[in-house]
Amino acid sequence: MVDTPAIAIADPVETLRRAQQGKSYWKRVWERLRQDKVTLAMAAVLTALLIMVIFAPWFTAHDPYQGSVLRRLKPVGFPGHWLGTDEVGRDLWSRMVFGGRLSLLAGVMPVFLALLVGGFLGILAGYAGGLVNSAIMRLVDVLYAFPSILLAIAITGILGAGLENTILALTIAFVPPLVRISEAVTTQARHLDFVEAARASGASTLQILRYHILNNVLGPILVYATSLISIGIILAAGLSFLGLGVTPPSAEWGLMLNNLRQALWVDPVICALPGVMIFITSMCFNLLSDGLRQAMDVRL
Amino acid sequence: MRPLLAVDGLTKHFPVRGGLLNRTQAMVQAVDDVSFTVEAGETLGIVGESGCGKSTTARLLMHQVPLDRGTIAFDGKAIGSREALSRRDLHRQMQMVFQDSYASLNPRLPVSMSIAFGPLAHGLAKPAALARAMDLLEAVGLDPLLFANRYPHELSGGQRQRINVARALALEPRLVILDEAVSALDKSIEAQVLNLLVDLKQRLDLTYIFISHDLNVVRFISDRVMVMYLGKIVEYGPVDRIYRAPRHPYTKALLLAMPSMDPRRRTQEAPLSGDPPNPINPPSGCRFRTRCPFAEAVCADVPPALTADDGGRAVACHMLSPGSGHSRA
Repeated sequence: MVDTPAIAIADPVETLRRAQQGKSYWKRVWERLRQDKVTLAMAAVLTALLIMVIFAPWFTAHDPYQGSVLRRLKPVGFPGHWLGTDEVGRDLWSRMVFGGRLSLLAGVMPVFLALLVGGFLGILAGYAGGLVNSAIMRLVDVLYAFPSILLAIAITGILGAGLENTILALTIAFVPPLVRISEAVTTQARHLDFVEAARASGASTLQILRYHILNNVLGPILVYATSLISIGIILAAGLSFLGLGVTPPSAEWGLMLNNLRQALWVDPVICALPGVMIFITSMCFNLLSDGLRQAMDVRL
Repeated sequence: MRPLLAVDGLTKHFPVRGGLLNRTQAMVQAVDDVSFTVEAGETLGIVGESGCGKSTTARLLMHQVPLDRGTIAFDGKAIGSREALSRRDLHRQMQMVFQDSYASLNPRLPVSMSIAFGPLAHGLAKPAALARAMDLLEAVGLDPLLFANRYPHELSGGQRQRINVARALALEPRLVILDEAVSALDKSIEAQVLNLLVDLKQRLDLTYIFISHDLNVVRFISDRVMVMYLGKIVEYGPVDRIYRAPRHPYTKALLLAMPSMDPRRRTQEAPLSGDPPNPINPPSGCRFRTRCPFAEAVCADVPPALTADDGGRAVACHMLSPGSGHSRA
């Protein structure tokens, strides 16, 4: 379509070079994030946790499944077991580290899957509008009518306990809120003048989505999804605690909390430890999402 | 010579829904049987009160809302019919600048990308599209080295509106619709942008449709003016003739309401009082009759036709058509 432009060209090579070295939106977000000490600290803690969980055998001296009748419920600081042992004499530190694997997986995976499904459906509903929107949103409303913990309990109750079913149940529980958020921000973006202007330039729907909708919509959706991770970890632990999630003898924080509950009178400190891990992890994800939200609000 | 844009019988009625089963309760007659032409190289000004159908007309021309009746022909080719111009081609020929300079730029894109988006969408490679954006920034008076990578919130209103002009020009259109494009700017900035528009028009052989409620601005930039009232054209003609000797009572009132720089020509009282009637149920016959000081029985019965004189001016008023039955005709 282009032949010689009607306007004189200044110095195309130089101007182009300058144009391409400009800071992108994400670069600016990163710059702001770097100055936010709290968010950085949270990210560091989570990274450390992740490394520890992935390379769990390197950080632990004992087999998390090897019990000992003689060393049951030893207190924190016991020689050889610095965090003590649980009710069947398994090393608590090993179980905490290995338990993080299942807990994080069961907390993060559903959010990730729900983000894919819910984000897609929500953006579709928001951008298409009309009948498509009504169809998707009314279906989602049906699921939304149940509190997510109740929905997850019902689904695992039907499907049976186990890691896969926990992930599936939590995914289904997280899809409705993510569809809601995605639909809301997309509908809002769709009616802005710049989208009208983009349509007036004869661009295809895909191009408009790519250049004008997604970059305005993904930020808020990702922030919301990050805040869901902490809920995911708590819900996964809750399901295990109720006996609907991971089954014994697997190491998982919620399940450990349930099993140690009976020893509350013997050593309350040991019983609380898995809960402390749940608390720290979910807190970190919450603060991280807060920091992300602030860093992404570049408009000031 | 055939006009660049020929609009015939353009009509848009928006349904007002409500009640049981979301039935159509009434129709807002936003634009009703509007016909006009735009010659290549001229500027057509459209003026009128809020709600008179100026912006709806623009959006109908851009095909942002479907029209109910009427035809639009661009350069002799009908838009929307079969052998006609596709919407994609139409958008290359016709572009629009909106009033809200902030909302019409994507806050997440550097302005150079906003400008380059149109060419990119029409298949130009990204480096070439960006190079085009640089040239356009230069053309609208912004240094590409300083402004290309800025985001809309880092620019002033005038700078943003220059970006919007550049964006509209990126596809090298022949017709640009300026919908209240300078209305939200400070007076001094407004003048700069207006001068830029005049300058670009000459350099790039553009044709403008300039929509505004500011009569002084319309007089400055337009070759011909179209005055609208409640979705209808009331008067239409060369800018000098209309501003020097308005003939429709509404145009007269509108021009009288214009603030004057001359202290001796002070407006003592409002020439028109009240608001325009509800466009859902516009008055029968002549739509202006409820506020017209000369309204008579015939005005309520027969809608006045838009009749042209030999000077290219057309007026829709019974007082100006002999034999209409009006006592002043």
